[in-house]
Amino acid sequence: MPISPAEPGPAAVHDIVVLGAGPAGLATAVAAAARGARVALVDAGPRPGGQYWRHRAGDDGAAHHDWDRFRRLRDGLDAHRDLLDHRSGHTVWHVERTGAGFTVHTLHAGRPYEIRGRTVVVATGAYDRQVPFPGWTTPGVFTAGAVQALLKGQGVVAGRRIAVAGTGPFLLPVAAGLAEAGAEVVGVFEAGRPLAFGRHPFTVVRNAAKLAEGAGYLRTLARHRIPYRTRTTVVAAHGTDSVTGVTVARLDAGWRTLPGSARTLDCDTVAVGYGFTPQTELAVQLGCAMERDGDGSLVARVDSRQRSSVDGVYAAGEACGVGGARLSLIEGELAGLHAAWATTGARPDRRRLARLLRRRAAQRSFAAALHRAYPVPGGWRTWLEEDTVVCRCEEVDVAAVRRAVTELGATDPRTVKLCARPGMGLCQGRVCGYATAGLVAEADGREVTADDLRGMAGRPIAQPLPLGVLAAGADGAGNEA
Amino acid sequence: MGAACAYYCTAAGLRVEVVERGAIGGGTSGAGEGNILVSDKAPGPELELALLSSRLWRELGAELGAEALEYEAKGGVVVAGSAETAEGLRRFTAGQRASGVHATDIGPDELFALEPRLTREAVGGAHYPQDAQVQPVLATAHLLRHARRRGARVHCGTRVTGFVRDRHDAVIGVRTDSPTAPVRHARWVINAAGTWAGELAGLAGAPVPVLPRRGFVLVTEPLPRVVRHKVYTAEYVANVASGDAGLETSVVVEGTRGGTVLIGASRERVGFDREISLPVLRRLAAQAIGLFPFLSGVSLLRSYLGFRPYCPDHLPVIGPDPRAPGLLHACGHEGAGIGLASATGHLLAQRLTGAEPDLDLTPFRPQRFAEATA
Repeated sequence: MPISPAEPGPAAVHDIVVLGAGPAGLATAVAAAARGARVALVDAGPRPGGQYWRHRAGDDGAAHHDWDRFRRLRDGLDAHRDLLDHRSGHTVWHVERTGAGFTVHTLHAGRPYEIRGRTVVVATGAYDRQVPFPGWTTPGVFTAGAVQALLKGQGVVAGRRIAVAGTGPFLLPVAAGLAEAGAEVVGVFEAGRPLAFGRHPFTVVRNAAKLAEGAGYLRTLARHRIPYRTRTTVVAAHGTDSVTGVTVARLDAGWRTLPGSARTLDCDTVAVGYGFTPQTELAVQLGCAMERDGDGSLVARVDSRQRSSVDGVYAAGEACGVGGARLSLIEGELAGLHAAWATTGARPDRRRLARLLRRRAAQRSFAAALHRAYPVPGGWRTWLEEDTVVCRCEEVDVAAVRRAVTELGATDPRTVKLCARPGMGLCQGRVCGYATAGLVAEADGREVTADDLRGMAGRPIAQPLPLGVLAAGADGAGNEA
Repeated sequence: MGAACAYYCTAAGLRVEVVERGAIGGGTSGAGEGNILVSDKAPGPELELALLSSRLWRELGAELGAEALEYEAKGGVVVAGSAETAEGLRRFTAGQRASGVHATDIGPDELFALEPRLTREAVGGAHYPQDAQVQPVLATAHLLRHARRRGARVHCGTRVTGFVRDRHDAVIGVRTDSPTAPVRHARWVINAAGTWAGELAGLAGAPVPVLPRRGFVLVTEPLPRVVRHKVYTAEYVANVASGDAGLETSVVVEGTRGGTVLIGASRERVGFDREISLPVLRRLAAQAIGLFPFLSGVSLLRSYLGFRPYCPDHLPVIGPDPRAPGLLHACGHEGAGIGLASATGHLLAQRLTGAEPDLDLTPFRPQRFAEATA
């Protein structure tokens, strides 16, 4: 075993800096440290696990999936303490390319830190994809992920009478979790009709475990007598100070509402999720080649070693395609093994690599089948009113976005952003980027492209930071000239 | 720049087509701050151009709607940090006043009345009520919108790949990469390609030395209106006129309608390198805090960069090119492109319609670089 200090000093250069301690990042860090690489694992959360294994201190994991796997990874962090520097509570605001590799700039408890590495692995995960609808900014409307995070991270049930709506398999565990925690779930409204799985029997067989999970959630819903409706969704939320109810409507295949199908339901909370948007600004900023994935998200392109198009930059997990925790674990291990090989020369076991690649292919085809089974067709745009807010940070409505195209001659989201300000606020387009790109493309009479998404995804300053902190780095110790 | 040319040319009754490689305002203008300044210019032809521009922008604000352009006559405040600088600034303003600039020398009390949050280390300065600002992409969009109403056609996402010449070698149009509009014939072609204007001029065999000078802008979180003017240090004027290749930063701080505070202005000659430079950002932040100490606790939200199209003699290139009859230039305005666009478009429209020009274009002639080396 190599002997090195447990806490590398500030000037230490790690072999690998892993950005994100969710399934992908944890798997990367543990696999790389096990091969002798010096790793920094940087994460904003107080505890490892990311969104998937978000938990409270002392959590026994009873409510979590694959908790054993998480425990093994957490044990792995402990076992490789000598090589593995876990920096929790660090938000990354910039990754700088330097002569020797990369400097990751973070904020921790209001103070700036620099973490250096010869390579970086972008394992930044994903967040809920939002589709606007009238009333979506009313207090009481949450993303499905936020509701889940409240429950798992703080043990808080978001409301008393809750409607769960959107599309994708993630709605099921959210609804089941709420019901088990005592909330009254008035219904799960799945905008899609996920029958497409039947057309991919091979994929289904290879991922039987995942489907069994889904069946378990459906049983939970049935036990709580929660209606599960497909081709149906929440098309409006009502209430001024807080949600008092929703309009639920049936949809056609393109997600236009069926005339006469709208009805209102009383509830105090809505949990909405239309799939996930990968957190890609660090990859974009580092210049990685990006592409539009099957689910319409912008993702980093990677090869069989999880390498991006930029030397020394790897990506694993949702950042290179939304595919769930199991795929993230596989990609993370691949990234960890290869980054360790590239930096320490520790050659990975060939059979292990082959096995991981086979499993990656299987999980990716499952993910692709999910993307086909739960598409987000453009009909959501017909639910909107002209005064429906698109960008809540800057309070930009649908009419302003459309006007930028039809009257001002903007042809892409970036120009619309400069004309009408969607995506200019605090969240820098994280929330409204997908919707803005969709509205602009529609108004311009075309489909959304990867360039459209990239125009809303670049954030050279990934997190706000006080100017005083930025300035203090100017002559601070340890800065490279 | 192209939008202003289209606006004034259509207003003069000419038929206009605009060929844009990307999106409107998406090249040079979209990365700028939209400054309309007279304060940073020493007496000379560029100041004449700026004074005319300043008047024309005021008219545009009235015609197109100040709200629509986010035109704001906020005025400029130049700050001197030492007695010597203040003395130098007083000499500078005296020269400007003789050329028609409204410039008032002010002491610390007046300075703090204009900008209450300014550092108390400032010893004096100057106030320039003529300085103004527009939102550059909105201004571009509205100029084009009016040009379209007067019959102009705008081809976005269309790249010029070459020039069409007649048998006397005069320019009579452009070739493009558009399958639907591969050739656009025209009596005149105006090169308003911003930082890429040198490249375009090269395609016509009439090179002009337009080069990129990179600049970063920092954007803070939205605040109540705490910075009321465009505020900069007296050193800024020296840097604008400098030809130094190295990094120069002289801070410019201003509030915007959206509530954000913009912080510029760095100048580097690094080609078209789009990589963010933290040392530059840190310096800008430190200098901004030097000017407005309260900014230390204000959050930086985002940053952007752009490339100013500059010529070695720091004068723009405006007017017909005798080396390629039919070709005119409207480029090389460095960091003042939006500001000088109105006069540039107006003067070219006058030139093309044979009207008596408001200003002599000789100092801006495209062939001056060849003359210098001849």
